[in-house]
Amino acid sequence: MREKIVYGLGVLGTLLLLWNFYTIFLVIPIDALQGHIFRIIFIHVPAAITAFVFYGIAVLASIAFLVTKNFDWDSMAVSAVEVGTMFTLVNLATGSIWARVEWGIWWAWDARMTTQLMLFLLYLGYLLMRPAVTEPTQRATMSAILSIFAAADIPVVVMAIRLHNVRTQHPGPVLETGGLAPVYWPPFLIGIAAFLLLGSAMMVVRLHQESSSREIDSLRQELHAI
Amino acid sequence: MAALAIAGKDLRTEWRTKESINASVSFSWVILVLFSFAFDLDREEKLALSGGLLWLVYAFAGALIVNRSFAREVPNDCLDVLVASPAPGWAIFLGKAVACFALLMTVELISLPVFGLFYNINWTAAFFPLLLVIALATWGITVVGTAFSAVTVNVRLRELMLPVLLYPLLIPMLIGAMEMTTGLLNGNAVMSDIRLLIVFDAIFTSLAIYLIDFILVI
Repeated sequence: MREKIVYGLGVLGTLLLLWNFYTIFLVIPIDALQGHIFRIIFIHVPAAITAFVFYGIAVLASIAFLVTKNFDWDSMAVSAVEVGTMFTLVNLATGSIWARVEWGIWWAWDARMTTQLMLFLLYLGYLLMRPAVTEPTQRATMSAILSIFAAADIPVVVMAIRLHNVRTQHPGPVLETGGLAPVYWPPFLIGIAAFLLLGSAMMVVRLHQESSSREIDSLRQELHAI
Repeated sequence: MAALAIAGKDLRTEWRTKESINASVSFSWVILVLFSFAFDLDREEKLALSGGLLWLVYAFAGALIVNRSFAREVPNDCLDVLVASPAPGWAIFLGKAVACFALLMTVELISLPVFGLFYNINWTAAFFPLLLVIALATWGITVVGTAFSAVTVNVRLRELMLPVLLYPLLIPMLIGAMEMTTGLLNGNAVMSDIRLLIVFDAIFTSLAIYLIDFILVI
């Protein structure tokens, strides 16, 4: 059953993504100001939104672990963080490519870029710390606490980059202000759906791996006890 | 009360050995000297970079101080005894954070004149607003740092993991402290930006106090 879910989500996500690539690259009209590079927004922004969704799942799962002490929640948190971090990397990389073409530089220390980079670094620390702790309960509790701290840091990062003397260069929001032309909405939303499906497939695979590795660990401990 | 007892104990231990404060003060001076060789700056540039330089030094010194906070309880299983004592978890945490705060403030106030001297920067003109910024940001460093000192106390490669986890979390607060310090030293600070430091301190103090039982009991 689990395999069917993984394949189902994965295939559906891939098909949606391919169809969306077709729309993005061949169907939708070119942006008047930016030229072809604007098409990257249909990968860049959905990746960011998907990453936020998975980080959200990770925080909720971390809180659930602290409350219930059920290791399935820990597995879910770490799987979600891994998938979220991957999508953050996609977001950062596509943003950087866009910036090279539009601004002439790979990186600017702009508000939103800094936030994303911070998120990436914070969760990288999370992923780095896990192998350094051998005891499972300790590892899960520390990870949960770290993930909650990281989530609490995000609003402050957003506040910090709006201080008076901090520079900003990122294009203004077009989604909330209704600046996105109607023709661009379908590829945009389909992009989010495709990434969410692919991410969920990866998360289910990782969940399976985590529970297997827990099983192997407990068997090993049993063996040592004998 | 228990928190004060813990803070007193930590400060007394530190007073007798002076292990982290000596290391931290000399380390921050070395960094100050290194920076002055790394960048050959004229006066304008020095002023523009001043807040950033100062807070990098303080953040490095802070990691040294908080690293010892819970690590010093590891030999002889002192941490287990502390946790088993009638003092609640939050009091242990708060006591340790207060002790770290006092130590780091001392290091910072010793380094500040040295910084002014090496870089020829007049820090006395806006001393009291500067002190407020330093105190708020130092509390931010110590509260998050002490919490992570407790988290990483049993981790392999503790000295390595603490900065890796700590600095990304501190970045927004350090951005605020750097901006404000540069502003104060240049005479063009926007005092309302201090809200950021207050919000950061409030969020992480309450979060750490709330979560510390989970950290200490494992």
